[in-house]
Amino acid sequence: MQRRHPSALATLICSALVVALVAAACGGSGDQKTASGAPNAGSASGGADLTGAGATFPYPIYSKWFADYAAKTGVKINYQSIGSGGGIRQLTEGTVDFGASDAPMTDAELAKTKGPVLHVPTVLGAVVITYNVPGVTQPIRLDGDAVADMFLGKIAKWNDPRIAKLNPGVKLPATDVLIVHRSDGSGTTYIFSDYLAAVSPTWAKAPGRGKELQWPVGMGGKGNEGVAGQVKQTPGAIGYVELAYAKQNNMPYATLKNASGAFVAPTIESVTAAAAGVAAALPPNTDFRVSVVNAPGADAYPISSFTYLLINRNPADAVKGKKLLDFVKWALSDGEQSAASLDYSPLPAAIVTRLSARIDSLSAGPTS
Amino acid sequence: MTHAAVPSERAGSPLDRPVLPSGAEPARGARRLGVRIQGAVIGDRVYSTAITLFALCVPVLMILIALEIFIAGWPALRQFGFSFLTSSAWDPVNGAFGAAPAIYGTLVSSAIALAISTPLAIGVAIFLSEFAPQWLRQPVAFLVDLLAAVPSVVYGLWGIFVLIPILRTAVMPFLRDTLHLGVLPFFSGPAYGPSMLAAGLILSVMVLPYISSVSREVLLAVPRSQREAALALGATKWETIWGAVLPYAKSGIIGGVILGLGRALGETMAVTMLIGNRPQISASLFAPGYTMASLIANEFSEASGDLHLSALMAVGFVLFVITLIVNAVARWLVWQVSRGSAGKSA
Repeated sequence: MQRRHPSALATLICSALVVALVAAACGGSGDQKTASGAPNAGSASGGADLTGAGATFPYPIYSKWFADYAAKTGVKINYQSIGSGGGIRQLTEGTVDFGASDAPMTDAELAKTKGPVLHVPTVLGAVVITYNVPGVTQPIRLDGDAVADMFLGKIAKWNDPRIAKLNPGVKLPATDVLIVHRSDGSGTTYIFSDYLAAVSPTWAKAPGRGKELQWPVGMGGKGNEGVAGQVKQTPGAIGYVELAYAKQNNMPYATLKNASGAFVAPTIESVTAAAAGVAAALPPNTDFRVSVVNAPGADAYPISSFTYLLINRNPADAVKGKKLLDFVKWALSDGEQSAASLDYSPLPAAIVTRLSARIDSLSAGPTS
Repeated sequence: MTHAAVPSERAGSPLDRPVLPSGAEPARGARRLGVRIQGAVIGDRVYSTAITLFALCVPVLMILIALEIFIAGWPALRQFGFSFLTSSAWDPVNGAFGAAPAIYGTLVSSAIALAISTPLAIGVAIFLSEFAPQWLRQPVAFLVDLLAAVPSVVYGLWGIFVLIPILRTAVMPFLRDTLHLGVLPFFSGPAYGPSMLAAGLILSVMVLPYISSVSREVLLAVPRSQREAALALGATKWETIWGAVLPYAKSGIIGGVILGLGRALGETMAVTMLIGNRPQISASLFAPGYTMASLIANEFSEASGDLHLSALMAVGFVLFVITLIVNAVARWLVWQVSRGSAGKSA
């Protein structure tokens, strides 16, 4: 019987070895997966010097910037467009060097981060209202009230007197209004609901502002393409998509009455104008968390918004912090030039000046 | 210690038996043979223990997944309690969450899918196993199986650009107005296109290959004697299939349906693209709805509030539990059926 003990032990050891080997093999591949999303994953992300994560909306321009910047300076930046919410989470957990978000962080979100966070507006985006109204060829004119009431379900027909009054001479059909909204959480929805909440007190109470809402009416499409597809196919449909998406797909979009009472079409220039209108009123110590919807100015397109880089003001790694600030400086000067080519609106000069001054003060001393 | 004692002691494990020599041989063998057998015994034990541990990995993994989702979803489940399952409110801005429409949508879209695809798939399987000429059998079977290989996002795109326009302009008005089915609540209301019906239809195409493929294999496995006996008794081809072949294959076919159901419950992408993503419970199949899988897929990436994330995890947990229950019920059904048919044939 004594001989049985070593054999039982041997059995256990050998089995454990086998299992451990297999587990190690599995674990190895698992590690690689986590590493690509991890912060200090210099090796896994192809030798990137900086890693960031966040918004999908500015991804095309950011990836162009990162490529241009790497070609010029050799500093590689790895950016994962996982969505604004994910970017904010990863920044909060400290797993990335910078985050990116379409909507500014809320005070509650800022309270959870390890250190103070600077919001750096990079470019501007706009949301356009696209529609499918049979028989109407010229752009439909709408104002904030009408849009809000359509999305609240209060205006149910396209030939409603309020729409007709905004569009004199246009023969509007008696088609039902079908609302199409984004079903996935999105900065686009945030900007659009931010605008509706700004122009309609009813909307501000419910559904309010958010990346996902409890929509009073309508149906959801996934992504810009889901909304666009639905609107294109359904007579009477109205929805909202990013300006860049609408331009690239030749979709019709409404001209909107802005805060100054002028009807403005969404263009690269009218969106920049909206930010310029807001910039004048910014206090000297602003954190740039400002909404530019329904901005003043005769040329301002009302559903415009900044998109932000989120930067830790007291980075744990000072070298990385310096590299990041250098990149931001480059983006604000050289990067802005290429924004319009990808249908993003560049920042107005006034904002660039103030941001550059802020970045310079950060570069001088990390604690500000 | 004799070698003969070893197999008798470990006879409880069926894995050991074929590897070990029969009791008589080692008794006759020399001592050096004994050493070799001792080595074989250790190797054998290592093998069986390792295999057991591997097998245990799966249940442990399942339990860990369930536990992890439950812990992540607990804050929402605690805050909303049972009303999480019954409430229709899904308001991320004000932090009110109820999963009832998504649960309803998941069950209804899967039910539509099975109702359409089960008869179709069994029909395909019967044709392929009983009627199809040899030259047609392989190509058709291959193409049906190929349906399972189409990525679900492709189904979604096809649904948006082909299925939905057909539904909106032809099928829905036909059902509602031409057939006057509009008097029923299921076929009433405006026909926009994206709807529970669209989601159910696309799911039925997606689960068809699973059901049909399994059913075909099961039908082909029915012994020739079963068919010949029925034919010898003067049964027609139809009577043979209905009375002798299908009952024999019943439990296997139900197994295929369960496999399809599992796929339908969890399908995310194609459904999200077609169901209209509206958290509401509506009797009409023309109305948009929501499923649990699409709710999670839609909102998870941008959910930043803790309660919102937790609510989504709780939805995941509910989906997990419902899948488990449905599968358990279905297994029980198979077990009942196979026991019943075994009793009949005995």
